[in-house]
Amino acid sequence: MRIFDPHIHMTSRTTDDYQAMYDAGVRALVEPSFWLGQPRTAPASFFDYFDSLLGWEPFRAAQYGIAHHCTLALNPKEANDPRCTPVLDALPRYLVKDSVVAVGEIGYDSMTPAEDTALAAQLQLAVDHGLPALVHTPHRDKLAGLRRTVDVVRESHLPPERVLLDHLNETTVKEAADSGAWLGFSIYPDTKMDEDRMVAVLRSHGTERVLVNSAADWGRSDPLKTRRVGDAMLAAGFTDDDVDQVLWRNPVAFYGLSGRLHLDLPSPAALHEGNSVLRGGE
Amino acid sequence: MTATREDPDDHLHEAAEAWLHDALAEAAQAAAAPPEPTSPYVSASWELRFAAAGRHCGPRHADFVRTLLLRTARADPDTLTRLYRHGTAAERRAVLLALPALVPGPEALPLVEDALRTHDTRLLAAAVGPYAATHLPPHAWRHAVLKCLFTGVPVDTVADLPRRARHDTELARMLRDHADERTAAGRPVPADLHRVLALTVPPEES
Repeated sequence: MRIFDPHIHMTSRTTDDYQAMYDAGVRALVEPSFWLGQPRTAPASFFDYFDSLLGWEPFRAAQYGIAHHCTLALNPKEANDPRCTPVLDALPRYLVKDSVVAVGEIGYDSMTPAEDTALAAQLQLAVDHGLPALVHTPHRDKLAGLRRTVDVVRESHLPPERVLLDHLNETTVKEAADSGAWLGFSIYPDTKMDEDRMVAVLRSHGTERVLVNSAADWGRSDPLKTRRVGDAMLAAGFTDDDVDQVLWRNPVAFYGLSGRLHLDLPSPAALHEGNSVLRGGE
Repeated sequence: MTATREDPDDHLHEAAEAWLHDALAEAAQAAAAPPEPTSPYVSASWELRFAAAGRHCGPRHADFVRTLLLRTARADPDTLTRLYRHGTAAERRAVLLALPALVPGPEALPLVEDALRTHDTRLLAAAVGPYAATHLPPHAWRHAVLKCLFTGVPVDTVADLPRRARHDTELARMLRDHADERTAAGRPVPADLHRVLALTVPPEES
């Protein structure tokens, strides 16, 4: 089973996770920029983070045979902090980078006017840079948040087929699908979606335009949830081809809209020679 | 549309050739008349090409294309420093590779020192080139050699290694101590260490 995790925050994960993901079939991932738990207080703090997503993290991933791309943006939560909003002015210099495959995560957290401004501005940045957009839907007041998100996308110059609406669930999938956007589902140990509910959604909505991610980060989460969904799909009677569509071809098609996906990597066996993450070849 | 951009062979494909032609023209124009920066966040068009070279020419050609752009634009130390600081790991690597051709003096050493502080072997390998061989002071140079041994960067990557290692008794001591530490831990001593150690020995003692 080949797996592309279209949303995972590897900065918060260990090399053990990379190894386990490779063993489970993960060969590619996208790391969206997001909130780090601790609020940032200056744009420079974002720039160091963006540099890490463009430098050190792809290097770590490559050592485990996994292709790493990223999406960059000012996240919705910190879009409310005036100390952080100058990040919007600097984003164009980052969005030209080779491994940036979308603008994201953008969207709503608390649905404030500042979030409205940041979302609209960053949808336009996606248009300007020929990139699709990864749009997070809020955890609180989700259905209202989805509707407002879809409205802002509709008012933007970014066509819905270049938008991935993420963190969907049973209550939001229908309206999200009707918008014409791609549909993302985050599978978590106890919040968001779980693998059995995911299979039920796939049964009722089909596999087209559906992406499944672990969204693993510094909270309680599991980087192998993509694999669990593949296993649950097979157990429920879906074919290998269905699994490949959801776990590989759909994310490749969506992020491929950027024209910047590069999925060829040497095997990790070749890379482990001289691996600095192994700290001097112990 | 295709999801990936891959070169089937070692030559630039036709679209990449055309892209490079335009990019070099923009870089040459910048060399003739450097554009006035309008904002800290706005880049000259050839600098945007520098960033995008990987996807337009293929990752295998990126080092070559980026260093060619830097030389064509005759990038000065200020420009190189900005491109390094704003660059991805791949872009930083290209800046380091271009230093010997563009900076005759030691003023770009902070970029080399920055790269040597990382653990990214792509940057380390680019940092220990001819520019470091010419300008890096002895203490930093010895640590760079040792770091290559630590991280598995082949010492053949270190430019001018035989000349700088010769008669370097301090480097020899550091190598022996490192070998002792590895042996005490029950770990193998990298073959490259013995090769460098042999280079430190003055000819009359060998």
